[in-house]
Amino acid sequence: MGIIKAVDLAFEYIRRDEEGNVEGITRAVDGVNLDIQAGDFVAILGHNGSGKSTLAKHLNALLYPTEGTVFVDGKDVKQPENIWDVRQTAGMVFQNPDNQIIGQVVEEDVGFGPENLGVPTKEIWERVEESLKAVGMYQYRKHSPNKLSGGQKQRVSIAGVIAMHPKCIILDEPTAMLDPNGRKDVIRAARALNQVEGITIILITHYMEEVIYADKVYVMDGGKVVMQGNPKTVFSQVEQLRELRLDVPQVTELAYELKKSGLPLSDGILTMDELVKELKLLKKK
Amino acid sequence: MLRDITLGQYYQTESVIHRLDPRVKLVGTICYIISLFVVNNVWGYLVAALFLALMIHLSNVPFKFMVKGMKAIVFLLLITVIFNMFLTPGEALISFWKLTITKEGLRLAIMMAIRLSFLIVGSSVMTLTTTPNNLTDGMEKLMNPLRKIKVPVHEIAMMMSIALRFIPILLEETDKIMKAQIARGADFESGNIIKKAKAMVPLLVPLFISAFRRANDLAMAMEARCYRGGDGRTKMKPLVYKKADRIGYLVLSIYFIVCLSIGKICEILMGMILGIMMSVG
Repeated sequence: MGIIKAVDLAFEYIRRDEEGNVEGITRAVDGVNLDIQAGDFVAILGHNGSGKSTLAKHLNALLYPTEGTVFVDGKDVKQPENIWDVRQTAGMVFQNPDNQIIGQVVEEDVGFGPENLGVPTKEIWERVEESLKAVGMYQYRKHSPNKLSGGQKQRVSIAGVIAMHPKCIILDEPTAMLDPNGRKDVIRAARALNQVEGITIILITHYMEEVIYADKVYVMDGGKVVMQGNPKTVFSQVEQLRELRLDVPQVTELAYELKKSGLPLSDGILTMDELVKELKLLKKK
Repeated sequence: MLRDITLGQYYQTESVIHRLDPRVKLVGTICYIISLFVVNNVWGYLVAALFLALMIHLSNVPFKFMVKGMKAIVFLLLITVIFNMFLTPGEALISFWKLTITKEGLRLAIMMAIRLSFLIVGSSVMTLTTTPNNLTDGMEKLMNPLRKIKVPVHEIAMMMSIALRFIPILLEETDKIMKAQIARGADFESGNIIKKAKAMVPLLVPLFISAFRRANDLAMAMEARCYRGGDGRTKMKPLVYKKADRIGYLVLSIYFIVCLSIGKICEILMGMILGIMMSVG
């Protein structure tokens, strides 16, 4: 069993009118099965309202499943006594950087998680130092979070999660509110954590460029997982992705269009280098 | 623009007072305020003034920052002085039209003016030398005994520090909403007070909605980071008394004792001087 395993997970939002009568039920997550291996970099794709954020909130026990369950590191999130262990094992970074920083100084914010876990003072300082260094924010440790850019704030949030020594980090659209530079920095930090520290990363996003390095991609629509596989297999199905109102990376799209107009290129080209290489090969022939 | 505002009125510099434990400064300020209302003779005020001058000197904060706080209470100060001057019954000094200034009134007015201004300057010494964060930490620790009577001390301190953290964010947001409304023809500038107040409604409603949304997000983020109240929580920066803090308490208690007994000391001293003079004479 992997580090995170969802079994027939379903979650219903119940809408009520002013008297409290049930007006309607929205099945935000509908029969999802996941099996994520430790050390993987996993991406979950989907347009707005596809249920990907709702799914993410189940992975660290912020929402309680209506049906099915999730096991995080072998622990059932449905058991109340497991909640704090689950939240420590699977840390979470949210979309809006302003709404998840609690401290008034960068280092104090990073220390917030370990403080809650009851870590001794001396060890908190060690953890804060190492996590700020891991995301390249150590020189900003005395700054006020209000004066940092969006990308820097998001990296502080990631450091705040790392300081709790999780095995897995869930990033829920961490780059949605950032400019392209900040986006690159955050993704680079997440990849470094995955490769250097071996932390499992679950990245939820709708930016296709961010998922080409993932080990596995899940595509969600209407609360269900509709496609899964490595980026190459998922992105070779351009038509199907378009039906789900998702874009493919620009290079992939170009390759796809070229192929459609007669060039014998392979499916699922993800990077510029790959495309250049294939085109050169064609030219030689 | 709004990003640069400083919170509270903390003045960043290096000094003995800055380095003191916030608890010492809090207790000190309370003691100082009490002492101002206990003393009732010239010598007492002199001691209080000297003590205040010493603290200002030690804090390395320019004097003009201390006086800044006075601006806010100038009006209050004037009213107090005027009412005390004219409305205290007693021996008349000057009288014109229907108003009389009495000797007792004048005395009381001067006393109140001194008390109020010392009080403001005294408490600004604390707020200028302590970061808001440190201050909340100090309060939490000082009020800790109140937990026995079910006062949610940790929660209050946490709320205060979160409020402080969100002030600049909400200010920025107000600025943004204001600009958005102005761009769509809203008018915040002209008209009388009632008109201006009405113009604030389209500003406050979105601000409130966004504040609630932020609060919801923040609560979720805090829970995700295992926040479960004050029990079992350790501190990254625990407050520990150092040597300087002990000396601070010592100086404080000496000041307090001197202040309380200054009347008696003066009486005895005067008596002794008089006695000596009499015997010489």
